[in-house]
Amino acid sequence: MAMHRGRGFASINYPIGMNLGGDPSQALVHSNPDGKFTVALSSIDLGQGMKSVTRQIAAETLGIPVADVYVDTADSDTGPHCMGSFASRGTHRVGNAVIQAAQEARAVMLEAAAEELEVDASDLVTDGRGNIHVKGAPSRSITTMAACQAAQFKQGRTVSGRGIFLIPLSEVDPETGEMTPVSCFAHAAMLVEVEVDDETGEVSVLDMQSAYELGRALNPKLVEQQLIGGAWMGMSHVLWETTEPYYPDRSHGPVDFNHYLMPGPGDLAPHHISVLERPAPDGPFGGKGPGEMCANPVLPAVANAVYDAVGVRIDELPITPEKVLRGIRANGGARPKMRLARAR
Amino acid sequence: MAKKPVTFMLNGSERAAFAEEGLNLLEFLRRAVGDLSPKYGCGQGTCGACTVIIDGETHLSCLTMAEAVQGRKVETASGLANGKVHPLQEAFMEHFAAQCGYCTPGMLMSAKVLLDHNPSPSRAEVIEAISGNLCRCTGYEPIIDAILATANTRRLA
Ligand code: FES
Ligand code: FES
Repeated sequence: MAMHRGRGFASINYPIGMNLGGDPSQALVHSNPDGKFTVALSSIDLGQGMKSVTRQIAAETLGIPVADVYVDTADSDTGPHCMGSFASRGTHRVGNAVIQAAQEARAVMLEAAAEELEVDASDLVTDGRGNIHVKGAPSRSITTMAACQAAQFKQGRTVSGRGIFLIPLSEVDPETGEMTPVSCFAHAAMLVEVEVDDETGEVSVLDMQSAYELGRALNPKLVEQQLIGGAWMGMSHVLWETTEPYYPDRSHGPVDFNHYLMPGPGDLAPHHISVLERPAPDGPFGGKGPGEMCANPVLPAVANAVYDAVGVRIDELPITPEKVLRGIRANGGARPKMRLARAR
Repeated sequence: MAKKPVTFMLNGSERAAFAEEGLNLLEFLRRAVGDLSPKYGCGQGTCGACTVIIDGETHLSCLTMAEAVQGRKVETASGLANGKVHPLQEAFMEHFAAQCGYCTPGMLMSAKVLLDHNPSPSRAEVIEAISGNLCRCTGYEPIIDAILATANTRRLA
C-alpha cells in the first residue's frame, strides 16, 4: 500500500460568449442633475465584478473619475436588454456596449461644455478628474458637473448615450460545415500535482501552476480573485461535487450540505498563477475576461494526474475514491506512469 | 398563534419585538426586527450564513429560538461598523474576500469571535473558526488571508 504522485496537464481554448441566435447586450448611460453618471444595465453582478468593470469602462470612456459613475443593474425587466451574465461574455459584450453608450454621452457633454465656453467641441478634452478644458489651454475650463447641469437646466438637452454590442448569428455553411460562432478566445494552461492513496483511493491535489491569457486584465485584483475562486470550484467539481453519486439508488443522493461534498477552507492547493495580457482587438480596452475558464482546466489536469499517478483513466466526474479503487483493482494494481518523478 | 414579546440588546441598543411561538432567531431578526444582515442559506445549520453572536459566542440563528435571546446581547454584521468600518471589514475589502457576499456577514461574525478570544490565531485556527461557514465563490483563501491580516495589524497597532 503506497502513496503515488502524479502530474497532469491541460490547456484550454475558451470561446468568449455564445452563438444561439445572435449575442447582443445593451447599455444606457445618462448624467444626473449632480453631474454624475448612471450606467443602466441588465447584466447582473453575481460576484464576478460586472459592476466594477463596467464602472471603470464607463469612467474611462467618459473621461471622468470612477467615483462619478454609478452602475445600476437593478431590474432586467425594465433595464436595457442583455443576454445575461454567462458564457464568460460579460466584460467583452457588455463592456463594448458601455463604451458605445458612454461615447455618445461624452459627445453631448462636450457639446454642452463647448456652448458654455463658446468654443468648438472638437477642441475640448477631459482631464479624468472632473474637468473639461480647451486643448492646450487648461485655464479655459468647466467642470463636468457644470457642463451636465447647463445641458439639463439651460440648454435643454439630455447628456445620454445608447450602446449595443452584437455578435450576429453565424449560420453553418451547408457545403463546408464552416461557421464563425465566436470572435474572441481566451486561453489557459494548467499543471497539477496530485497524490493518490492506493489503499483508500483518495486523491489530494498538492499544487497547481497555471497560466491564463485573458486579454487585458481590466481589474487585475478582480481577475486574481476569480482565478483563485474558480480553481476551488474546479477542484470541487473534479473531486467532490455531484448530485448523482454512484450509488445503487437515487435516494442515497445528497439532499443538503451535509451530504453534498465540497472542499472546505484551507483545502485549496497552493496555486501559482501567471496572467498573460494579450489585448483582444475587439475587446473593450482589450479585455476578454476570465469567466468560466477559471474553473475549467483543473478538471482535465487532475484526471490526467490521476492517470499518471496510478494508471487509472477516469472519464466520469467526480473522481471519487471508489472509482479510483475500482480502476486500480481492474488493472490488477496501481501502475504509476511517472517513473522519473517517483525515483526522485 | 401566540406571540411573545422578546426584549434584547441588538448591537448595543435595546430592541423589542413580538415573536410567534416557534419562530427562529434568523426569521425574527430579519422579519420582526428588520436586521437583514444575517442570511438564510440552508435553514438547517449546515452553511453558517446566518451566524450571529450571542453573549460573545457564535450561534446559528436558524437553529436558535427567537425567545432564547430574551435579555441577552446579540451582535450581527450590521452592527460591526461603528462610525467607521470595522478592521475586519476593511481587511475583507483589502483582500477581496467577498465576491457575491452572501457568506460574508456570517464569516465576519465567526472571525470576530475568533479574534476576540484569540488575538493571534494561527492559520489552522482561522480555518477551524470558519469551518462552519460555507463560501461558494472565493475558494476561502482571501477570507483566511483577511482574518490573519486583521490579527497582524492589531498586533502592530
Ligand atoms: S441558514 Fe443557518 S446554517 Fe444555513
Ligand atoms: S462570497 Fe459568495 S458565498 Fe462567499
